Amino acid sequence: MSAPATAIGREQPRLEGRAKVTGTARYAVEHPADGVAYGWAVQASVAKGRIVRIDTGDAEREPGVLAVLTHENSPRLHPAESPELLLLQQPRVRYRGEIVALVVAESLESAREAARLLRIDYDTEPHSSVLTEHHPSLYKPDHVNPSFPTDTSVGDFDSGYAAAEVRLDQTYRTPAYHNNPMEPHAATASWTDGRLLVHDSSQGTTDVQVVLGRLFELPAEAVRAIAEHVGGGFGSKGTTRCTPVLAAMAARQVGRPVRLALTRQQLFGPIGYRTPIIQRIRLGADADGRLAAICHDAISQSSTIEEFAEQTAVLTRALYAAPHRRTTHRLARLDVPTPSWMRAPGECPGSFALESAMDELAVACGVDPVELRLRNDTEVDPEEGVPFSSRKLAACLRDGARRFGWADRDPAPGARRRGRWLIGTGMAGAIYPARIPGASAEAAAGPDGTYQVRINATDIGTGARTALWQIATDALGVPGDRVAVSIGDSDLPPALVAGGSTGTAGWGLAVHRACQELRRQLDDRYAGTAPPDGLAVRLDTTDEAAALPRLARYAFGAHFVEARVDVDSGEIRIPRMLGVFATGRVVNPSTARSQLIGGMTMGISMALHEEGLLDHRFGDWVNRDLATYHVTACADVERIEAYWVPEEDDEGNPLGTKGLGEIGIVGSAAAVANAVYHATGLRFRTLPIQLDKLVDRLPTG
Amino acid sequence: MTEPPHRSPVRLSVNGRPYELDLDNRTTLLDALREHLALTGAKKGCDHGQCGSCTVLLDGRRVKSCLVFAVAADGGDLVSVEGLAEDGQLHPLQSCFVEHDAFQCGYCTSGQLCSALGMLDELRRGWPSVVTADLAAGPNGVTDPEIRERMSGNLCRCAAYPHIVSAIREAATVETRPMGSLR
Repeated sequence: MSAPATAIGREQPRLEGRAKVTGTARYAVEHPADGVAYGWAVQASVAKGRIVRIDTGDAEREPGVLAVLTHENSPRLHPAESPELLLLQQPRVRYRGEIVALVVAESLESAREAARLLRIDYDTEPHSSVLTEHHPSLYKPDHVNPSFPTDTSVGDFDSGYAAAEVRLDQTYRTPAYHNNPMEPHAATASWTDGRLLVHDSSQGTTDVQVVLGRLFELPAEAVRAIAEHVGGGFGSKGTTRCTPVLAAMAARQVGRPVRLALTRQQLFGPIGYRTPIIQRIRLGADADGRLAAICHDAISQSSTIEEFAEQTAVLTRALYAAPHRRTTHRLARLDVPTPSWMRAPGECPGSFALESAMDELAVACGVDPVELRLRNDTEVDPEEGVPFSSRKLAACLRDGARRFGWADRDPAPGARRRGRWLIGTGMAGAIYPARIPGASAEAAAGPDGTYQVRINATDIGTGARTALWQIATDALGVPGDRVAVSIGDSDLPPALVAGGSTGTAGWGLAVHRACQELRRQLDDRYAGTAPPDGLAVRLDTTDEAAALPRLARYAFGAHFVEARVDVDSGEIRIPRMLGVFATGRVVNPSTARSQLIGGMTMGISMALHEEGLLDHRFGDWVNRDLATYHVTACADVERIEAYWVPEEDDEGNPLGTKGLGEIGIVGSAAAVANAVYHATGLRFRTLPIQLDKLVDRLPTG
Repeated sequence: MTEPPHRSPVRLSVNGRPYELDLDNRTTLLDALREHLALTGAKKGCDHGQCGSCTVLLDGRRVKSCLVFAVAADGGDLVSVEGLAEDGQLHPLQSCFVEHDAFQCGYCTSGQLCSALGMLDELRRGWPSVVTADLAAGPNGVTDPEIRERMSGNLCRCAAYPHIVSAIREAATVETRPMGSLR
């Protein structure tokens, strides 16, 4: 692994690959801890109300039980933090499944049994848990995530739409989605001399350190949070979650290290989920499909605890040209868990609606769906008026169409049959912001010719560790085997969470600059070799990132899907899916491909499998495990391919990279739904598309 | 007075090494490995036999160790992911997983590897699956449809599936050792 100055762009196996295939990579509750005790969370069994009595007697009599933490006896937390994290502080219940107690015991078995024996009585109140277009609590939030305007308007949508030759007005619905990383949320906490050490399954431990410090009123340096290996997150571990807080409270209470892992069932709520969304899309176009007017109205939900406003319609502000345009977001506050981040928040569900509507418009105009998107391409951001740093949507569409063999497609729906299978193809476009947050990084040279790069980045499976190592190796201009990268520890220079597809661009820039500066100092002052005491350079790129020119910065993509529908059973199969993306310079083709096909597969999952089924009587989902909440399995994925077009976006950021962790899911569910339409002639505007919705509507015989 | 918890002595061979344990009868094989033997390679993804992350080989067959009580495995011969490499040399399946980038977060990987080993053995024994065209004749080799079908008890939310399939396909061509020689 030594090839100076060419590491970027090379297929590089993951640095931690060996640790992962030998089972030696340690996750949050796998670190040795002397005298460790085990936590088990207890959840509210009512949707709304107040705890009036807790009988801990039976639970405390279970052998091995060390403590039962409830709002009556828990360590007090400083109330300045997010109310979501003020756990076990007060008797109110805001949603069914809210964590209301924590049992700590000598063993997992005792903790689990004691949790079962805990008796909690509630005064209940009527609850409201179903999102509708007319919910009385609907309001306009001040902004949508993370800081976008709630509504936007350019031109005059109403008159532009009224005057259009072709008009489309449809409503699309998506259910609650649960992130379900393979590693449930988990943490090990221990206190030593007033200092708190937490191994957390987190997408970013700088935030965990800061938040725990505030909650427990400790100086930041008294808290250390580590996430060396993380078993996936998909957004759900992006902000500090309940687990490190509860583990730290329990460890303080019993004076021993505590391991706390939520069960799979407990993930369905307390750690967040993607909100159900109702979206209305209106498109007005001329007979050739050129858009005159676009309107995207999105309604989603949050809890009564906190506002979480999914930015569902934001992608419609930048994807296609149209002189008259409007986007709006409204939010209902229900007696439900607080929704949270899930892969491509906003763009993922928003693209299902917009890209389904574009397919419907293509049909209405008699224009090929690829051609329709090409006709509505734009060189400037249609709302902001600024140029794109680079925009290769058209290249993705053309390259994808060529690779997929789209040119010969017969547009007629429900017209191809092979044996029992109805066959169709569909496509969709994709867009995702290319953000560049600042970060701190340190690069150090040792007298033995080795180099250490330190940054609190997190590798949740993205390949970040390896990509940063490639970037560092090139910037230092030394063989890779002399470079070590340390990440996943709040003792390292602070960096933003692994989220928003920002890692390679944001962390990468900080690593690049630190290594460049170290190289410069070594060359200028030490003739290229480190002095006997070594040399370290630490810098922060916040100012550099903030000073980048004002441009519209996005990654783009295009999905192509073949769907087969069994004419008798309605079973849907996806024998082929192909995506082409423009994501800037690709640092590691191997892990990039994995990220993209991972996102695309999650799109198949969203289109065909995943659905949080709410029982309104209880205000909770009835499917709370992996047997009933289906995610795509190995047999569901056949031929799936991801490619990228050449793009070195030096206007976007100095490394020319964009992110690619999320663009793969954007548009993918719409491409599947559009292919099902082409196969069957049946348009599905509500996900998931499952055989019970198809079977009575398919041709017989 | 509450009754004391019921405990039992449990003997296990794990990766060729004998262990004598005194365990709570409620302890699963998975928790015995993770919490009592510090072998954390087998993962807890669901604790309900739904995700496959805890898959190990028990007496040569793949099992979901979260669904087996340790007392029920008394006397058993167990291979976990920690037992696949020999003298620091990766098993061909492990090398192929690294080369094909057949994982991302790595949390399901131990289960995928153990499941793949058990699955390849089942294929060699001629056990049919739902995609086997001729049940009597048995599977027609290590084909992608057979791999996909037989590996569907091991979920991967990162969705490394196509790379898992290609890694297993390649490993099957170089791995000729019978299961018994794993240890």
